[in-house]
Amino acid sequence: MAFDLDRAWELEGRVALRPEPFGALAYHFGTRRLSFLKTRKLLDVVRSLGDHPTGRDACAAAGVSAAELPAYARALDALVGSGMVVERSGA
Amino acid sequence: MSATRLVDQFESGLDAPICLTWELTYACNLACVHCLSSSGRRDPRELTTRECLAVIDELQRMQVFYVNIGGGEPTVRRDFWELVDYATGHDVGVKFSTNGSRITDAVAARLAASDYVDVQISLDGATAEVNDAVRGAGAYATAITAMERLATAGMSGFKVSVVVTRHNVAQLDAFQAIADRYDAQLRITRLRPSGRGADVWDELHPTARQQRELYDWLVARGERVLTGDSFFHLAPYGDPLPGLNLCGAGRVVCLIDPVGDVYACPFAIHDAFLAGTVRGPGGFAGVWRDSELFARLRAPQTGGACRSCGHYDACRGGCMAAKFFTGLPLDGPDPECVLGHGESLLDMLERREVPRSATDHSRPRPRPPVPACDESPLAGLTVHHR
Repeated sequence: MAFDLDRAWELEGRVALRPEPFGALAYHFGTRRLSFLKTRKLLDVVRSLGDHPTGRDACAAAGVSAAELPAYARALDALVGSGMVVERSGA
Repeated sequence: MSATRLVDQFESGLDAPICLTWELTYACNLACVHCLSSSGRRDPRELTTRECLAVIDELQRMQVFYVNIGGGEPTVRRDFWELVDYATGHDVGVKFSTNGSRITDAVAARLAASDYVDVQISLDGATAEVNDAVRGAGAYATAITAMERLATAGMSGFKVSVVVTRHNVAQLDAFQAIADRYDAQLRITRLRPSGRGADVWDELHPTARQQRELYDWLVARGERVLTGDSFFHLAPYGDPLPGLNLCGAGRVVCLIDPVGDVYACPFAIHDAFLAGTVRGPGGFAGVWRDSELFARLRAPQTGGACRSCGHYDACRGGCMAAKFFTGLPLDGPDPECVLGHGESLLDMLERREVPRSATDHSRPRPRPPVPACDESPLAGLTVHHR
């Protein structure tokens, strides 16, 4: 299932992010899984998901261009798959 | 999205380790023949509780997500739970390795209740016979009892950790069945010739044929079986196994030993891989940042004799510690190189100079019976009185 850019998302509460030169490390304390965010921009998107009404807004605010958007949606989809990013309920 | 490969980033090192191994004590109630830290007796210089808490503070500041706590048998430290609680209360997750001897029902319940603590039970045979030959009489029953208690308490997804040997490689499916029975996850790692492992490596390391079987078995299971990234030397067989597939020593991992010495990796307790001590003025962060050894490990590697091999990109020369403790040059092939280059090199070196670690906490073995005449000049002499 593809990432729905028009829904509300947030970082799972047990996930910690550590900025790195290449982007960031994401660690989920519940599943003990480690993921790599491969750009700083993706880090900005993931960090701010909870502050925006939709995923699309979070991407736009982080400066993701229209051309880059499909790649970011795929990256976010992978993070949903590993439980790092979850849909925001009651938004 | 990024032109630089992640693996290149990791090879040049990160500002802080992704995770690290911390051996809390050299004391252990077992005496496994392949113990990579030659554990047995406590070292009187081991870090105090206060020193350990300071290390945890540093790890939190560096955002090290979790530590793999081991030993020795870490749970024999009286402050073990205090340290675990302090770490998880300071954003440092804990996974600890144990032989299971201290996993009581109460401990199991406590572990089941925590998201931030994981446990791995060591098991080196799927039967008591195979396991106890390596880990000592009764060790199998102890480990199984611990797993039963964890499962009963509702702790799911804990790890069953197996060091693969010549004698248990045929039991991989049986190990999987044990893990499934207790709702645990199987973890298979490589036997290293480190610590007391140096004494048994020749007899215990898997044969070339067994390595191939192991690789195929691991590939078929994908991410369901954990490997701690320890089999990247097998990558030339085909697709790389899940994981980073690089030597992380001093780049993304390291070891803190019970006395606070920092080594490049858990399999490299030897002066040649000693980067510094957490007791120094810069603490652990200072060692990680400024150690000359780590700077060397993070510099581009030449590949040496392996450079001309078409598979160098896959295996990257294999495991540094495996080479070092079998007496092979660090810029040559891994002793278990899948193309056989390591083996032929080992055969060529008639009398190998194998480096030994000065750090050995093995308990003294029972002395072999001494010939009677060594004990008493009169022993064995029967004087007949008529």
